[in-house]
Amino acid sequence: MRRLFMPLLVVATAMFAYAPYMIDGAAYESSMGLVQKIFYFHAPSGMMMLLSAIVCGVASALYLWRRKPAMDHLALASAELTVLYGLIVIATGPLWARKAWGIWWDWDARLTMSFVGWLIAISYLFVRKYAGPGSDKLGAALAVFGMANVPFIYLSVNLWRTLHPKTSVVPSLPPLIRGPFWFSALALFLMYLLLLTARLHLERQRAALDALYLAEED
Amino acid sequence: MFVSTALLVLKKDFAIEVRSREILYTTLLFALSCVLIFSIAFVKEGEPLLDAAAGILWIAVEFAGTLALGKTFERERYGETLRALLLAPAPRAAIYAGKMLGVVVLLAIAEVLLVPLVALLFHAPLFAQPLLLVALLAAGTLGFSIVGTLFAAMLVRARSRDVMLPILLYPMTVPVMIAGVRGTSALLQSPADTATAVMWIGLLTSLDVVFMTIALWTFEPLMTE
Amino acid sequence: MSKSGVSDFDSVQLLDVSRHFGRRRALAHVSLTARAGDILGLLGPNGAGKSTLIGVLATLVAPTSGEVRYGGQTAHALGSGLRRRIGLLAHELHLYPELSARQNLDFFARLYGVETGASVDAALDRAGLGDRGHEEVLGFSRGMRQRLALERALLHRPRLVLFDEPFTGLDDHAVGIVAGRLRELAASGAIVIIATHDLDLADGLVTRVALVRDGRLLLDEPAQAGLRARYRSVIAQAGHA
Repeated sequence: MRRLFMPLLVVATAMFAYAPYMIDGAAYESSMGLVQKIFYFHAPSGMMMLLSAIVCGVASALYLWRRKPAMDHLALASAELTVLYGLIVIATGPLWARKAWGIWWDWDARLTMSFVGWLIAISYLFVRKYAGPGSDKLGAALAVFGMANVPFIYLSVNLWRTLHPKTSVVPSLPPLIRGPFWFSALALFLMYLLLLTARLHLERQRAALDALYLAEED
Repeated sequence: MFVSTALLVLKKDFAIEVRSREILYTTLLFALSCVLIFSIAFVKEGEPLLDAAAGILWIAVEFAGTLALGKTFERERYGETLRALLLAPAPRAAIYAGKMLGVVVLLAIAEVLLVPLVALLFHAPLFAQPLLLVALLAAGTLGFSIVGTLFAAMLVRARSRDVMLPILLYPMTVPVMIAGVRGTSALLQSPADTATAVMWIGLLTSLDVVFMTIALWTFEPLMTE
Repeated sequence: MSKSGVSDFDSVQLLDVSRHFGRRRALAHVSLTARAGDILGLLGPNGAGKSTLIGVLATLVAPTSGEVRYGGQTAHALGSGLRRRIGLLAHELHLYPELSARQNLDFFARLYGVETGASVDAALDRAGLGDRGHEEVLGFSRGMRQRLALERALLHRPRLVLFDEPFTGLDDHAVGIVAGRLRELAASGAIVIIATHDLDLADGLVTRVALVRDGRLLLDEPAQAGLRARYRSVIAQAGHA
């Protein structure tokens, strides 16, 4: 991944630069108007948020039982990315909601899910920062429980109420929207990979620095 | 071995509580204060809002439960008795199970007081379907205690544990709360919507099973420093 | 297998054990052996890593690297039965203040699978609390609590006896009793390890001396007269190095 980092960075930058043109050229959706354009980064960001949350949960479970520091680094980096993408989702969502439903926020199933997931990711970071010694394992347990919780949150909020467009919207997109959508999704995915790599690199450097400090003492 | 150790820990907590009654009294008083505060928010012109009773009951249980969890493990932190428990030759998951059962019993006692009180103060027919209500409360309280006990035990060694517990616990118990509140308000309708309540009980039960499995697995690796 | 059976051993061995917390190394490459009959004094200033070392020996703290062998086997291989053979008295006393002395002993006896009648009576007697067993620990003086905690830790007749600062808050008479008890244990075949910063109390009691500072083992030798002078010279040497 490190050898690919620079080329991918160039590709991702180019894609981000081109994305506005592509989104501008996409079919204009009459009922939503300009706000529909949010869709191109709102939905992909949601996907990335889910992806990084799953990576965080799996890495944490592995860390808890195998004690591999690399898994801990992966979990921490993923939790930060979950919060970042979650922020994009939660900031853009209300704009859509205002136009589509006439309200900024609604306690609809998917909104509640994202909010809870985001909150768990933030509390993970909170634990890592403030809980002191042993916070790595505390965080890992939080992530494992968070992951196990996802189906239950999903079920409970779905049974509670649903207003949000279904997941089935994405496969059935009209072609003129589908192209720019997947283009944006790919760009955001590249951004995810790049950020994750950079963050992992930082965490590895930090661990290496700690090891150097310890070695220096020896 | 597992069951006897868990019961031993439970009995020990019970003996301490019988002597001091501190956790029981503070938990009950706290639950009462919650009910009072909610009455200010959810009573309009002398009449409680529709459905408010279900929410008030569950939030009072969750808040009081958080308090009880904090106090229970504060007790094990003083004198570092949690370490003494972990040193015992018994399976560590049994220690966890014992502490967890203690929290469940404590909350059950709080609920015995809370349910009639909420029914009375908020004109809620909570006793229309007593069996379903008990099942709902039992499954929900268990779910809350399973997650809560694990987190409270982990936080014994952590810094700023007092604020950390609610921050970690509330998002994690969202399904428990939704299921508890929705199930209870289904029971409060006239006629009671028993099918919906049973569905929520089912969800809570499967959640209990999954969470309990993970908690028993993770307790041992989590407790080794 | 040995996981459930009684796992006895007559030596405990640390092999290149290190433990770090982030950048802070609490223990650095400590190798140390203690045998049945030894009273090993872990000496060193506060924050030297003594408590971490005791925690590692008690299986409460996992070493970052290196391993601990109990009679040649690792804690992992021996399973939770190993803990039946370990007794720990830490600075915090591991007692429930709301319970009576007898209730505390009863609880821990059951937890260790020890019969609760005669051995609890004997433990109360040894702690000098024979007639006050029904009283809450809350009302006891520091010395009484310490004696009770000591008997609590020895209730299951552990092979490996670990003490972290066992003399804090004791008067001379009580120190004498505790020291006598430790000698008795060592004579009956226990491995006794005491962490303390109090050299005067360690002098004449311990049979081996291990000196730790900054997580490092500076000295490991049979105890000899003039512990304080020896300690000073080693610390001074290490300081110059």
